[in-house]
Amino acid sequence: MSIESLRCKECGSTYELDASYFCESCFGPLEVTYDHSDLDPAEAKRRIQAGSQGIWRYADFLPFKGRPGDPLEPGLTPLLRADRLAERLGLDAELWIKNDAANPTHSFKDRVVAVAVAKAQELGFDTVACASTGNLANAVAAHAAAAGLDSYVFVPANLEEQKLLATGVYGTNLVGVRGNYDDVNRLCTQLADTRPWAFVNVNLRPYYAEGSKTLAYETAEQLGWELPDRVVCPIASGSLFTKLGRGFQEWLDLGLVEGAQPVFNGAQALGCSPVATAFSEGWDVCKPQKPDTIAKSLAIGDPADGPYAVEHARRTEGGIDSVDDGEIRDAIRLLAETTGIFTETAGGVTVGVLKKLAERGDIGAGERVVVYLTGEGLKTLDATRDRFRMHEIEPDLDSFESEFEHQEVTV
Amino acid sequence: MSVTVKIPTQLRAATGGESELEVAGGTVGEVLDAVFDAHGDLRERITQDGDLRRFVNVYVDGEDIRFQQGLDTEINDGDEVTILPAVAGGS
Repeated sequence: MSIESLRCKECGSTYELDASYFCESCFGPLEVTYDHSDLDPAEAKRRIQAGSQGIWRYADFLPFKGRPGDPLEPGLTPLLRADRLAERLGLDAELWIKNDAANPTHSFKDRVVAVAVAKAQELGFDTVACASTGNLANAVAAHAAAAGLDSYVFVPANLEEQKLLATGVYGTNLVGVRGNYDDVNRLCTQLADTRPWAFVNVNLRPYYAEGSKTLAYETAEQLGWELPDRVVCPIASGSLFTKLGRGFQEWLDLGLVEGAQPVFNGAQALGCSPVATAFSEGWDVCKPQKPDTIAKSLAIGDPADGPYAVEHARRTEGGIDSVDDGEIRDAIRLLAETTGIFTETAGGVTVGVLKKLAERGDIGAGERVVVYLTGEGLKTLDATRDRFRMHEIEPDLDSFESEFEHQEVTV
Repeated sequence: MSVTVKIPTQLRAATGGESELEVAGGTVGEVLDAVFDAHGDLRERITQDGDLRRFVNVYVDGEDIRFQQGLDTEINDGDEVTILPAVAGGS
């Protein structure tokens, strides 16, 4: 089995396996194809189980001829039962949380960047770059540092301070662009045309995006080689959402798992919901928006894979919902109180949509549901400010007793 | 109105290697028609049934024309029209 070519998702034209990302005939996105005709499912499972404790255990399904390695191997993040959250939501379901904050730079971006940086090295690049809403910036800066490559990281200049600090520390060239993510993305698309750099999510995007499939593989393996009935996943560009589907589909087609595609529920912030809007309006394209939401890691107003995310939600009889900033803050709190997991605003969006699905009665009794948390609460601390009160006392017993005897503990 | 149209590297085979074209037109649609008149191969790559293909983005001085009047967006003398693939970026 091996990586075969790049193929246009729109018109099927094929291209060499180099740093190309769109079709010269129709501008459609390119995707990696594989030849798995000689794959034996039992042998493939044995190779996975004998592999490394991270994403490279799935190297047979990633865009490399050999088995790459990297010093910051992400993956094999915890899949946790969330019975108390299910109870709070009134769900009689088997609810699981995939906590992908448990990666080297605390987001799922480590998966895609590990793949892209390994590919950049294979293709002979000495500089990597990206357009980022924050988490990708952290990951590119860190993985470039680990690999000894130069890096340029482009972000909206008004990003959360935690994400700027957690990027600059790695010694990258951090560029704050006065504009929103879509402005940053346009600039990087232009730069990718003039600079000899590997932009992980521009000219290396076909390879980069493949890294997201490892979240599907891990979920299936951690569930004992079974698939969930339903997944709830955030949508920014729509790449993770569609690649999660592709990962499940590959293993179904190859016989590593049995059953059917899970129902796919996508989650967007109301202040940036072009994909949710396209879904509810029945459109085949997304109308771009100017983002205005605290969920900055999802604030992509012109989502590249939006049309494919809409198609996948429809095909699996799922949906794409959105929640407002207040619901995002409440959901961060609800998750923390019931699972001990502190997620970032994107996780608040995802849990907020889970709550909405539960309230609407969309989740059936006994369903096995996996919720994808893609980032870390410490990177978006502002979202939790003023949500609780600290008891401030003098350093003596009386002060403590009087604070807690006469006052109910509020949380 | 005379404007500069920027062509991405991957399409320059269709423009005889030129990265910038100087054309005239009062709207984005007219500007693109002028480009297609000069370089016929580009029409089918960029448009389908008279509309932009769904993975083509067009900007006038950096602003996406979908936030303006699409192909009817008016052009001022000296504007820069940029054609870019829409498939970049992402989380």
